[in-house]
Amino acid sequence: MQHVPANQPLIIAVSRIVLLGGALALMVAPRFLDPGGLTMLTEFLCLLVLALMWNLLAGYADIVTVGQHAFVGIGAYAFYGAAVLLRLDPYLAIAAAGVVALIIALPAMLIVFRLRAAYLAVGTWVVAEVLMLAAGKLPNFGFGSGVSLPVAVAREFGARPAERFATIYWLALALAIAAFLSTWLLLRSRVGLGLTAMRDNEEAAGAMGVNLLRSRIVCFLWTAPFLGLAGAIITLQKLRISPAASFSIIDWTVFVIFIVVIGGIGSLEGPILGTILFFVLREHLATLGTWHLIILGTLSIVVILIEPRGLWGLLRKALGGDVIPVSHAARADFGKAEAP
Amino acid sequence: MVGTYLNLIVQGALLGGLYAIFALGLSLSVGVMRFVNIAHGDFIVLMSFLLLVLSSVLKLNVLLVLPLVIPLAFAAGYVLQRLLLQRVIGDNALLPLLVTFGLSIIVQNGLLQGVGADTRTLSAGALDVASVQIGGLSIGVLPLLTFAVAVALAFGLDWLLYRSRLGAHIRAVTLDVAAADLIGLSSVRVYAIAMGIVGITVAIAACFMGLRMNFDPTSGPSRLLIAFEVVVLGGLGSLRGSLLGGIILGIAQTIGGQIDGAWQTLAGHIVFLTIFLLRPQGLLPRY
Amino acid sequence: MASTAAPPLLTIEGLSVHYAQFRALHGIDIAVGVGEIVSIIGANGAGKSSLLKAIVAQAGPRVEGRIAFDGIDIRGRATPAIVAGGIALVPEGRRLFASLTVEENLMIGWHIGRRGGLDLAGIFDLFPALRDKRHQPAGQLSGGQQQMVALGRALMADPRLLLCDEISLGLAPTIVNDLYELLLSINRQGIGILLVEQDIRRSLAVAHRFYCLLEGRVSLGGRPDDFDRDTITRHYFGS
Repeated sequence: MQHVPANQPLIIAVSRIVLLGGALALMVAPRFLDPGGLTMLTEFLCLLVLALMWNLLAGYADIVTVGQHAFVGIGAYAFYGAAVLLRLDPYLAIAAAGVVALIIALPAMLIVFRLRAAYLAVGTWVVAEVLMLAAGKLPNFGFGSGVSLPVAVAREFGARPAERFATIYWLALALAIAAFLSTWLLLRSRVGLGLTAMRDNEEAAGAMGVNLLRSRIVCFLWTAPFLGLAGAIITLQKLRISPAASFSIIDWTVFVIFIVVIGGIGSLEGPILGTILFFVLREHLATLGTWHLIILGTLSIVVILIEPRGLWGLLRKALGGDVIPVSHAARADFGKAEAP
Repeated sequence: MVGTYLNLIVQGALLGGLYAIFALGLSLSVGVMRFVNIAHGDFIVLMSFLLLVLSSVLKLNVLLVLPLVIPLAFAAGYVLQRLLLQRVIGDNALLPLLVTFGLSIIVQNGLLQGVGADTRTLSAGALDVASVQIGGLSIGVLPLLTFAVAVALAFGLDWLLYRSRLGAHIRAVTLDVAAADLIGLSSVRVYAIAMGIVGITVAIAACFMGLRMNFDPTSGPSRLLIAFEVVVLGGLGSLRGSLLGGIILGIAQTIGGQIDGAWQTLAGHIVFLTIFLLRPQGLLPRY
Repeated sequence: MASTAAPPLLTIEGLSVHYAQFRALHGIDIAVGVGEIVSIIGANGAGKSSLLKAIVAQAGPRVEGRIAFDGIDIRGRATPAIVAGGIALVPEGRRLFASLTVEENLMIGWHIGRRGGLDLAGIFDLFPALRDKRHQPAGQLSGGQQQMVALGRALMADPRLLLCDEISLGLAPTIVNDLYELLLSINRQGIGILLVEQDIRRSLAVAHRFYCLLEGRVSLGGRPDDFDRDTITRHYFGS
């Protein structure tokens, strides 16, 4: 039995209030922040979306992808194509980014679900690499060097930069809230319960009669539109697409993996904690250049050695319960059971 | 025209020898320890830099430095497995993946910090440009040597794994870790030795990669992807399959690069994905 | 033939084994003399397998008590060192390496052991049926032949003490008879045997002494002839 603090309900209630307070603070942030602060908060929300999606795949659906940046890049390119080349309404173009990402995810499944667990990570990486290289061959998208978003398109989101930053921020916030709530609901649904049961005890999942492959496919397809939408919002903020930046493995996959691993994989609290920590660290370490990544890499390894469930795993032991409950029974006895 | 294509195929196949060397170590670690080492390519690049530094410090041809580095590479693999990777291998395949992922980023950025972002190559002196005429084709001695080493290494490792005493121990542990430990065959030790052998292949790969192509601290991932594609094409656990996979990938890239220089890498990936979709179990699966 | 008066080959004092959820052994004392066959009987879950695993340091990290082999405390030593010191285990369920050949399986026994005693030829003299199958994958053999390989693998380690965990499980009675004949002949060469069996009748028939385990404690011990059937059954089931 794990140790449960006597005032556990109180601590968890306080944690939930902090979480809710954070969400409320995000609602009123544009009133108080300058464009620089708002830009950073927008980045924070986009990265949070990516972290929630990677966590859903790697932490629940047993799909450890190293190719998630591909869908961010596809979203960016689809948004550019819809808004600039097809001259669609810019808001419709953002939605198109999500749809195109979902459409590309369908054939990608052919490869992803044929690879056995250990191979899957690098397999998704190969697919992402192919998509990035292919993006660099597109004539209307500036080939390998990319192309800037026309000012006219950007102006659709606000005539003045300050307005624009606020609009992009609201889009990012809406996406992050939608990503969080819908993922939470997904994890509490039959699909999520089955996946949690599989992770904790494969026999139990089998006994529940859960179709695991179907659940994993749902999760894979689930993440694609969110990643695509995040790609569109990131493009709005950076005002430029290019294979190197839009499909950046460092920005949209490596950092995201570190965020989730350090924060706590296989929980909803972990990605939130990880993203906050990542931004705090970035403020202090970004000037160190390569050391920033060396420190993150080392930190992630140390975390895995100490507690595979990350910082949230450590905190959860201290709190004695979930702040964001995912499922009721299956999670209660998570832990490495020592078999005799 | 026919001559051009014959030439491309021969050059491609020889390049494939190098790719097979990249893949042999990865194949061994996947087959034995059941995890894909994300840092495999970065270890190769790290070792190339080590060879570069040692050959300039010792003022020795890099082909003579290689034998000196091999024991070191074995020790490095052994220690890495024993002290770090051993702690995370087991039922949860996620953990070794994430740890080697972290290592990959650490090695890349450590190299950037230590030696800068410049592109380098290794040199074997006059051998770099030497060539022989075979059947009207001019073939570099170095590519030929690389290919010969690849063949020798593939068959050597195959012999080691399936004919030697150490190989029997490695296969025993791979089949049933718990049973091996129960009767006193230490899986920890066997894994560490296997990773030491992987280290040796990494050193050999590093030497011939540096002689054949440019490298910089961020070259690791592209080498990993090649090694991975070769392993999957060849079939899990099949060392001779890796040889075949390397040749196919080498030819695909060379022909792709001939059509348009920018298509070299993409052509390799596309051929890989096509063959994988048609034959996911690989070309020469061992089981 | 050895007796209880002989200096003990294996002495176990106050041995306790804990797992995460439960305690398998509660401070038991057991001894095996040189050249002695000692039988451990007990119902499922009495702690028999935990005892054997504890001797070869495979019962996890929470083991307490003293395990002395030849008067030297071996607790804390790693399994390979214990095996190389002269204790070999025939694990429950045989645990052969199925795709390795019979010969490779046997040779692993030689590599992990004391490097003396029986060689391959000696094993094939002992189990003639294995000679023709030496290059076949062990997984293709019949159950009885697989048990011979498992026993052969342990003997190749040249043990002074052989630990046998349920070697008759799932085998035909005639094959079990042969295996027990063989155990007796192995024992006549001076090798001590610690025999764990569910089949009480058969294991008591060959044992010089026995211990009955009940819920992790020794409920009865002595020579098989000293007790009647009822007494043993009572201590076996704990009624």
